[in-house]
Amino acid sequence: MADQEKREYNLRRLHSLLGVIPIGLFLMQHLVVNHFSTYSEEAFNTAAGFMENLPLRIVLEFGLIYIPILFHGIYGVYIAFVSEMNLGRYGWFRNWMFMLQRLTGIITLIFIGWHVWETRLANAIYGTEVNFDMMASILSSPFMFWFYVIGVLSAVFHFANGLWSFFVTWGLIITPRSQKIMTYVVLVVFVVFGYMGIASLIAFAS
Amino acid sequence: MAEENKMIKFIITRQDDPDGKPYEEEFAVPYRENMNVISALMEIRRNPVNAKGENTTPVFWEMGCLEEVCGACSMVINGKPQQSCTALVDQLEQPIKLEPMTTFPVVRDLAVDRSRMFDSLKKVKAWVPIDGTYDLGPGPRMAESKRQWAYELSKCMTCGVCLEACPNVNDRNDFIGPAPLSQVRLFNAHPTGEMHKAERMDALLTEGGLQDCGNSQNCVKVCPKGIPLTTSIAAVNREATIHSFKSFFGSDYHN
Repeated sequence: MADQEKREYNLRRLHSLLGVIPIGLFLMQHLVVNHFSTYSEEAFNTAAGFMENLPLRIVLEFGLIYIPILFHGIYGVYIAFVSEMNLGRYGWFRNWMFMLQRLTGIITLIFIGWHVWETRLANAIYGTEVNFDMMASILSSPFMFWFYVIGVLSAVFHFANGLWSFFVTWGLIITPRSQKIMTYVVLVVFVVFGYMGIASLIAFAS
Repeated sequence: MAEENKMIKFIITRQDDPDGKPYEEEFAVPYRENMNVISALMEIRRNPVNAKGENTTPVFWEMGCLEEVCGACSMVINGKPQQSCTALVDQLEQPIKLEPMTTFPVVRDLAVDRSRMFDSLKKVKAWVPIDGTYDLGPGPRMAESKRQWAYELSKCMTCGVCLEACPNVNDRNDFIGPAPLSQVRLFNAHPTGEMHKAERMDALLTEGGLQDCGNSQNCVKVCPKGIPLTTSIAAVNREATIHSFKSFFGSDYHN
């Protein structure tokens, strides 16, 4: 009886969990690998090559990336759809975060769709080679550069703020004080990974 | 005295019946010292003439205790949902705008139907069941410190202000809202109420329950009673995590 009725609860908890494990972990890993581009072209190609040659790559990709992101993204759009923004009347910090979490989620979904097409599906279908040069040529267009900047910052924001919500959702931070401290912790997460993302983009583009 | 002729301007959002179209009507009410919004509404009821001098129907609203413990007179005053009994005219910017809380179905003018909140309290079993066919004897004692803490949560008057401010309580979402979530925490903390904790948690995690909270935390800011709603929500979130683990990995019985 209860299992059927708790479908929504289970989906929401799954959505929250997947956002951090594995999607959040993958995002951090991805930004760390990309950051090698700031050292040199070879360093990036070596780091990316290491990831590319992991055993059972296709299983890892589907199990840890595609399926979780598809679920998180599609269910996330639904979550955004069933909320009604009311910042005009209640312009407090957490309400802003609430709105931005949904907005960056949608932007990130669009960005990831494009990004996966360009850097993964194109490789799978046409055999386009994925390396430093490929990113350099994509980001040589100013439009694409700014599209990537917005996409990367949205993704990192969505992860950092989502990490905060994750801690609340699972009941790990309860008191206002612990929630406040966590706000600062995720701010650091946002700054560090946002910096790594932007630094990589600049390294690719220049 | 200059005070004698002072008029207070009101812009009131009215609606003639539940399906009616809302419209605004302006009123000018003679100022009296220490006026609250309800006394101004009473004045309009006594002399139902709008600011243009036309006769109109008296503005309808609900009230009960007049001391901010019943929640019935809640409305949106100058954009802020609150009780009209404790909204003092001297502290409000003019013209004073009165609107019904639109999260709830409007019955007429400023009166809304808060039935959904009472239904939610029934749904999550927000009570301590003690009735029976024989005397159950005294229940377990509660620590005084805990009683004082629980008293704060018990101040909830089901006024609906937190639901009005919650972005996830709307037509597209059947979220029961913050108030009943905190009540679950209250009754789960009660030494006798605790005996029905699992039952309450099962009810709380059904469609429209706890999981629909989006952490905008507007509720805790607007609560007129200062109830730590977001602390309660996080606490019930932890309870839900433990409850789910026990249900899944635990034995076939747990409370």
